[in-house]
Formats: sequence, C-alpha cells, structure tokens
Amino acid sequence: MSVTDRIEQLEREAQAAAAAAASTVAIEELRVRYLGRRAELPNLLRDVAQLPTDQRGAVGSAANRARKEIEALLERRAGELAVAELEARLRSERVDVTLPGDPLPAIGRLHLITQTRREIEDVFIGLGFNVAEGPEIESVHYNFDALNHDPQHPARAWTDTFYVTDEVLLRTHTSPMQVRAMERTPPPLYLIVPGRVYRRDSDVTHTPQFHQVEGLAVDEDITLADLKGTLLEFARAIFGAEREVRLRPHFFPFTEPSVEVDVSCFACSGGLAAGGERCGICKGTGWLEILGSGMVDPNVLAGVAANGYDPERVQGFAFGMGIERIAMLKHGVSDLRLFYDNDVRFLEQFA
Amino acid sequence: MRVPLEWLREYCDLHMDAHTLAQRLALTGTEVERVEHHGVSELEHFVVGHVLERRKHPDADRLSVCMVDTGGSAAAQIVCGAPNVAAGQTVAVARPGAVMPDGTRLRRAKLRGIESQGMILSERELQISDEHTGIMVLEQAHAPGTPLADVAPIATDVLVLEVTPNRPDCLSIYGVAREAAAATGAQLRAAPWDYDPGSLGELHGIEVLNEAGDELCPRFTARIFDGLRVGPSPLWLKARLMACGQRPISNVVDITNYVMLLTGQPMHAFDRERITGGRLTVRPALDGELLATLDGQQRTLSASMVVIADAEGATSAAGVMGGGRSEVSEQTTSIVSEAATWNGPNIHATSQALGLRSEASSRFEKGLAAEQTLWAQAVATRLFQDLCEARVRPGTLDIGAPPAPPLEIHLRDARIERLLGMVIPRARCRELLETIGFDASDGGDGLDVTVPDFRRADVTREADLIEEVARLAGLERLPATLPARRAAVGRLTAAQRLRRRLEDTLAAQGLHEIVGWSFAAVEQAARLLEQHPAVELANPMSSEQSRMRTSLLGSLLDAAARNRARGATRIGLFESGAVYLPDPDGPSGVAREPHHLAALVSGPVRPPSWREQHPPQADFFAVKGLLGAVLESAGIAWQLVAGAERPFLHPGRAATVEVAGASVGWLGEIHPRVAGDWDLDEAVAAFELDLSTIDPPGPQAFTDLVSFPAVREDLAIVVPESLPAGELVAVIATAGGPLLQASEIFDVFRDEQRLGAGLKSVAVRLSFRAGDRTLTDEEVARQRNLIVVAVENQLGGRLRDAG
Ligand SMILES: [Zn+2]
Repeated sequence: MSVTDRIEQLEREAQAAAAAAASTVAIEELRVRYLGRRAELPNLLRDVAQLPTDQRGAVGSAANRARKEIEALLERRAGELAVAELEARLRSERVDVTLPGDPLPAIGRLHLITQTRREIEDVFIGLGFNVAEGPEIESVHYNFDALNHDPQHPARAWTDTFYVTDEVLLRTHTSPMQVRAMERTPPPLYLIVPGRVYRRDSDVTHTPQFHQVEGLAVDEDITLADLKGTLLEFARAIFGAEREVRLRPHFFPFTEPSVEVDVSCFACSGGLAAGGERCGICKGTGWLEILGSGMVDPNVLAGVAANGYDPERVQGFAFGMGIERIAMLKHGVSDLRLFYDNDVRFLEQFA
Repeated sequence: MRVPLEWLREYCDLHMDAHTLAQRLALTGTEVERVEHHGVSELEHFVVGHVLERRKHPDADRLSVCMVDTGGSAAAQIVCGAPNVAAGQTVAVARPGAVMPDGTRLRRAKLRGIESQGMILSERELQISDEHTGIMVLEQAHAPGTPLADVAPIATDVLVLEVTPNRPDCLSIYGVAREAAAATGAQLRAAPWDYDPGSLGELHGIEVLNEAGDELCPRFTARIFDGLRVGPSPLWLKARLMACGQRPISNVVDITNYVMLLTGQPMHAFDRERITGGRLTVRPALDGELLATLDGQQRTLSASMVVIADAEGATSAAGVMGGGRSEVSEQTTSIVSEAATWNGPNIHATSQALGLRSEASSRFEKGLAAEQTLWAQAVATRLFQDLCEARVRPGTLDIGAPPAPPLEIHLRDARIERLLGMVIPRARCRELLETIGFDASDGGDGLDVTVPDFRRADVTREADLIEEVARLAGLERLPATLPARRAAVGRLTAAQRLRRRLEDTLAAQGLHEIVGWSFAAVEQAARLLEQHPAVELANPMSSEQSRMRTSLLGSLLDAAARNRARGATRIGLFESGAVYLPDPDGPSGVAREPHHLAALVSGPVRPPSWREQHPPQADFFAVKGLLGAVLESAGIAWQLVAGAERPFLHPGRAATVEVAGASVGWLGEIHPRVAGDWDLDEAVAAFELDLSTIDPPGPQAFTDLVSFPAVREDLAIVVPESLPAGELVAVIATAGGPLLQASEIFDVFRDEQRLGAGLKSVAVRLSFRAGDRTLTDEEVARQRNLIVVAVENQLGGRLRDAG
C-alpha cells in the first residue's frame, strides 16, 4: 500500500471513529490515537524527509491535509457531544422545587423592653440628653429624703418597698439618679436615666420589678412650656407625628408644679374607633396617660445648691415613665407578666 | 372619695353634666377615676302611689294583694310581700317596664296565681339604704302618679375622685365644691358652717384633759346635746350616705358621718351617760392596753398610740376608730360630740400598726387644719337640732395650742412667667386664688397672698402658689417650646455603644434576649453548686425572690427550662443586665452592680431539615464560636484559658475569658448535674462576661491589604495528644515573626497506625505578608523553616509529610 493510500485509510478510519464516538472523553482518546505524539499520521509527516525526493511533496501535503481534516472533525464532533452532554447533565440535575429551602438560623430579637428603651433613649439623645444609669440598690436618702418625700410617705412602708436594711432599699423609681447626677455634674444638665425599679406588688398590672426612664433638664431658664414641648416631641417620635399632648395637674413630692402627661390616642379619634364604637385602648377618652412630670421642686434643688443648683438661679423639669407601659400601649400587650416570662413565642414577635 | 353630684350641686351652681365636670376637674388637678350612677338610672315608670286597699293573698300567708292608685285611670293591683304595707300609705311604686338599679326590667307577673302590675319598693331596692324588712313609706302625701324622682332621692351621678395625699381638703364635699367652682367658673355658695346655732365659751357637763400634749393632739373640741331622740335618718340623708358608700345606721351616727363627708373633719359622738367619771382624758396608750373597737375586734395598743379614755380605760383609738363601750345606742338621750385634730404621722403609724384604716384615719393621717373642728361642730349642731330634736348646751369645749399666725407669701409676676413660660395676668391670678379660699392683694411686683388654714400644709412657697394659678388658669393654654440650649449635647458613652453592639451581634446570631428577675431564690446558689454571699432582702415577697442575683446564669437557665418545657428544642438566649455583688464600697455601702452579658445555647445549632436531619448539638465549641463572633464584632481581642473555677461548669469543658490579659468572665458547658436540676438533659453551653471590666476599644488603624497581597501556606504538624493547640499556635506565632500575619487551625487528625499512638496531626494555615513589598518565595520559605525548627525544638513536633 502506498503511503498516500495509507493516509487516506487513516483519514477514513478517523472519520468513522469520530462518528461512532459517544462522548467528549472518547473524542479526546481519538485525538491521542490519531494526532498524538506516538500516533501514525504525525510520524508519517515527521518521516517525510526520509522519502525519495519526488514523493516528498505529495506525501507531505496529503499528510498535512489529513491532519487538519481530522483535527477539525474532532473539534466539531467534540462540540456537538459537549452540547449533548450538558443537556443530559442538566436533565439529570432536575430537583423537586417544592421541597423546602435550607433553614437559615433565624435572627434573634432584642427583648421588647430593650427595644422600647433604646427607642426612647434615641429620641432623647436627639433632643440633646445624655444617658446615665444609677444603682438599683439605693439608700433611703436618695430614694426618698432627697426627693422631698415626707417621713410618712406611704411608699416608704415595708409593705410597698423592698428593703435590704433600714437605710438601704431597692429603688422604687429612677428618680434618685436626679440627685446623684446633680451632685456629680453642675448645670446645665440634660439627662435621661433608664433602668430597673422595684415595688412590692404583683398582679396583672404590677410586677415587683419593672423599668422606668427618668428625665431631667436643669438650666437657667427651663420652663413648664419646655417640658410640654419636649414631651410633645417624644410622644410624636414614639406614637406618631399626629399626636398631641395634654398636661393635667397632679401631685408628686419632688416636682412643683406637678403634671401628668397624656398623649392623644393613636388608635382612635377622640375616643371613637373607626367603626364608631368606644375605643378599647383609651377607654373612650381619646387620651392615654403616659407619664408623670413637673418642674423640679425648689427643695430638691436646694439640697444640691452647693454644686450650682441655687433654686433662685436655675430651674428645670423632670419626668418619669414606665418602659413596659409605653411598650404595652404601643404593641397592645395585655399582661405585664409576659415581659418577665421570657417565652420565645412572645420574644420573637417584636422586631 | 365619692362625690354625689346631687349633693355637690347644693354648694356649687353647676350647669353641666357629670362627664363635662369630670373633665374640667381632671384638667385642673382633681383626678376623676370614673363617673358612676347611684340608684335608679331610668327614671321612667317610678312613681308615687297611694295604697287604697290591702287584702290577704288567698294562697300565700306572707303576701298581700294591694290596690294602688298610681295616677292612672284605674288602680293597679300589686302583690306585695312586705309586712308593713297598709291602706292609706303613700309609697314608691315601680310600674311594669321599670328598670331597677340592679339592671333587671320589671314585668307584669303572676304571683301565686294573682297578677301583679308593678312593685311597691323598699329603701334597699332604691339604694337609699340597706333597709329591706318593709316597704318605704313616704311621710308626705304627694299626689299619686307624681314622678318619684321629684319627691325622693332615688338617683344621682357620683364622681369617684382619686385625691392626692397633699389635698386632704378635697376629701370633703365642700372642698370639692370649691375646686369645681374654680374649675368651671360656677358660683360657690356659702360654706355650710357659716351658720352656727351653737355658741362658743365655757361648756358645762364634760371635762377633758390633754395629757398627750399639743404635738399629738393640737386641738380638741366638744359640745353637748340633750333631749336627743335616736331613730332612723331621713331619706335624703340616708341616700347621700349610701351614694358615698356608707351604710346608714341611726340619725346620730349618720350625722357624724355626714358631717365628716361634708366638711372633711371626722367627728365622734359619745353617749354622755356612758362616759364613766364624766371626764375624758387624751393620753398615750399603755403598752399592751386592750380596746374593743366598733368593728367588734379586740385591739392591743402600744405606747406610741393615743387614746381617749374615761375612768374605766380607753374608749377609742384617737383619730382611728371609736370603742364599743361609749357607743350611741337607741336609749341614748345625751351625747358629747367630739371633733379634734390629731397628729398626721402619728395617726398613720397607729393605723399601720393596728392594720386598721378608717375613713377618719385616712383623713387625719394627711394632716387636717385645726379650724375644721369648729366647722364640723357647727354643721353637726344644726343637724342634731333638726333631725334628733336635740338641745345644744351653750358653750364649746375647746382646748389646744393657739392657732398659728396666717402664712403670707409674695407671688412675683415675673417668677410665674419664668417658671411656666406663659403669662398669667395679675388680676386673673388674684381671681383664681380667691375662688379657692386664698386672700390676695397687690404688693409691688406681684401679689401678697394669704394661705387659708386648710391649705397650710400644702402651700408654703411661691412655687406652690404658681402651681395653683397654673392649674386653674388652664395648662391647655401652655405653649409647647423646646429648651433654649446654652450647652450640653446628647450622646451615648463608649461603654453604652459597646453594650448595644454586643447585644445586637448576639441577636444577629439568632439568640433571643430575655429580661430575668433581679431576684433569686436562696436555693439557687446550691443548685449552681456555689456558696457566694448575696444581698438579702429584708422583706421579700416570696422565698423564690428573697435575694439579689449574683450572676445571670440562673435567669438564663430558668428561661431555658421554661421554654424547653413548652416544647422549644433549639435554645439560644442571652441577657444583658446588672448583677449584685455584696461590697461595702458600693454606692450605698451594700453592693456594687456590674453590668453583665451572658448567653446560653442548647440543642441543635441549626434547625434540622430534610437535607440535614441531625445538625450538630450546641456544645463548648458552639458557644466559643459565638463568643468570638460577639467580641470580634466590637473589635475586642480575646483569648480562652483552660479552667474557670466555676463549680457549675463541666470540669473538662470550662474556660476563663481573658481580654487584655485580665479575666472578664467564663465560658463552658454547664455541669450535667446542674443542667439536669433545671430539667435540661442535653448539653448546655454558656458564657458570662462582666462588661464593666472590658474597655471599649479605640479606633482601629488602617492596614493596606490590597497593594501587597498575602502568601498562604499550610503545615500539618504531628504533636503529642496532650499539647493544647493554643500552645502550638503560640510557638508558631513567635517563630513566624512579623511577616506571619495569621495562623489558623483548620484540621485536627488522629490515626494511631499512620501517626503513632498518643499523637495528633494539627493542620495550620499560615498567612505571610509584608506591608511594603510582595514577599519572594525565598522569604516565605525562610519563615516557614524557622517555624518548623521552632516547633521541633520547643514542642517535639514534626512535619507530617512533605506535601
Ligand atoms: Zn383611643
């Protein structure tokens, strides 16, 4: 057989093999078999030099042409097979899309008390107040005496207040920090004090431990109107931009004048719900009581006059609100005790 | 304080309904808890009737059948069960359709076969008194069919007030009338004590000695009434007492109660003939002295209390409750009416000590004005005369300290504006103050104000007067302004920001924050295998909450156990709060209160799914990973040191957390015995940090990680099983020098056959980097070699293989 015949034979063999190949892997094998370093065709090309001179041209060009043909053929065939193979793989990779996705670990929640406390803190920080905390185990002096409570004030009773000793108790409000802060920092003073407080009481509306935020602003010319404006901003930030506040005169030992502050109900209009029935949240009054406040009593200032709090020269307002109460109003929580039950089904409701 | 509107209107010319009045009062400082209705609410169908005829019911012994003229064309046939019903009486009738005070609607009914067209009413059915043994018989023969409400006190609205402790003057109808007049602008009528039929001067027939002193008994007054007839009170008086929540008893007792409700001054009537020795002594009680009080109880007194005694001993606990011995009875014909002023704090203490709070003590304890005693005597005198046919003896016994001179306060116009941020004209201030009983006259830059006695305890300073004018002028007119700031800006401190960041990261990692009790049970220390001292409460509400917690772990275990019991399987909880550690250097000499942060995990670390039915259980390394995430989120470098000296931890899975070389808390798995005590039977892992010991990190300096990238190399090193991985990493870090930026363990491999017994292979990923050049292969090889040599020399470790 002549060399050129052999070349044609190889080319035909390669064509047949390529047509029969079933996978890209088989094509790779054919590439090695027909075009690899040890394959016949490339060797023929390499050996052209040893042929008689007159045959060299014909054999060389035939072998070269055959190699290019085979190369192109394998390339084409590999492309066809690759497409088929990808289609087959995709077919085999079909999933049941109705099965559930991988559960990510759920994001946890801050406790509703913390969420509410931070919300309140952020409002007052924006109004220029700092945040401080004070001791919960407190002296009778700071909790009552320095706040102008008379010696017979009923809150002092052992039935109402937790005592550690005759002189030391669990603070019944965050107000003792008013005096501690004024002893520490001369005016002007703008401060809120969030924290735990304690009273000997336990039912649907009372827990022996709860949270308050105290506020105190003392400067040369703070007025009752400033208190109203500050609490109006607060009420609108927490309960919505449409809210109004109303001051009702009241009595607290450490403020004079003292007022209770109501915010207009966010759930109704003037006590009537959308359907015309009596609003359940404000009990039809159109107002929600949210905190007690007033102008710092001159007696309280006189106690810290040495640090710049001369009651003839400086004046200010103070307020105290229950964090749980704000949260209950805002989220419709009906039972105070839920805050301390720490049931995850309760905790995860508030984001 | 219950205020029947019908009574209030006698003293204040109010032209508004109860709800409008309630709102006006609320906005001027008198808190109205609610508005109630007393008696009949729908007046229709309640009429006057004349009993024309009464005969016995044929089939019932106790019933009678009456023909009653109720103003209609025909007499109504009414079956009645009262024994006292008789022809000729004028009675109160409810016709069919009437709604009774208890809410039931009356219908025509057959009683034992006889039709009854309505009902003849008793006092109890109309809520005029508790009387129900017979029907109510009207004294005057009003025309049949007259609306009952026109002739009998069967209906009134009642304001239920919550009176603040500084306003005992509002614990009286007339005091509230004063407020109502000021709040609404209505005319206030003259005080009921302006007319006094009695007289002052010496009184014969009773002697009173004050051995307790003016401090405890500032004033004691008495009058004597003779020829008195004890009997029932008239309807109007009974109805008013009932509307105020008091049960009518007899005219004498009812009058003392009525006077107290009207004037705010409690008083007491002694049967004069039952005062042994004809002399009353006000004196301190003897320790252990016994007194039978009117409520039928035997009370043991002590020397801090004050009694009124006669020759036989104590007859009443002064200002709190009378005794049974000198009580007025049906036979009484002569009484001593006593109205005294007692020391508020002393009455409060006595009432607390006896566990006895009466209408009297709740008024006295707030401190009443001495002048109120004569108000009470004046009103009582008129009523004893009118209702008991009594004759008042001339004179009034009146002992006590001379009255204090009236208090004058100067009220500056400018001060009002400066404190309120609103102007109230001087004339308006004056008008408002005069309405509530103050005297005011112009005085230079403001008003000179005289405080009435009954406000003396409450109004002592200029600020107190400003409160009075502010509340009455109307706070709704107050503008809403913000403080004009001179200084001070608001921000969180670094420590507060750090705390928020750590809490947020824990929540982002899927943990829920809890808020536990600050209290702990005595047993909790033992359950945690600890013996720490704790702050003990002197008066806890229960033994479960008798001391202050010293760690957050108890709260977390409680919450975990509760959620587990309710079906939760994956537990991830944290708390951020104070603990209370006994410390005499603390702010009140008892404890300091560091803020702690603690987290607890138990159960699968991920929710199981169809692809992963059994995710790994949370354990030591789960909580260690969590701690790392939390601290690193705030840029805090930390490390763990084996062992924690916490008896509640698994001894082999406990570590101390260190930050900047100091211990800041613990981390580990909870001892199975402790967890089991909380009914948690899977592994429970937790950590607790004392945030007060962690300084917030400062700003982090920039590192250029892009210009000259790091080169990574992995080393597998065979070391003894006993060598802590942390030590290996430490040796590597030192040997690697400054070019070694990080070394991280990514595999621990054990195989006795391939490695040898007692050995493990620890794979470490090294990361080399220089800040100023790209490292060459030679430089990296040199550092790597130094590390291999150091590990070999210092730890006896060898490279596992070349590749
Ligand atoms: Zn509402």
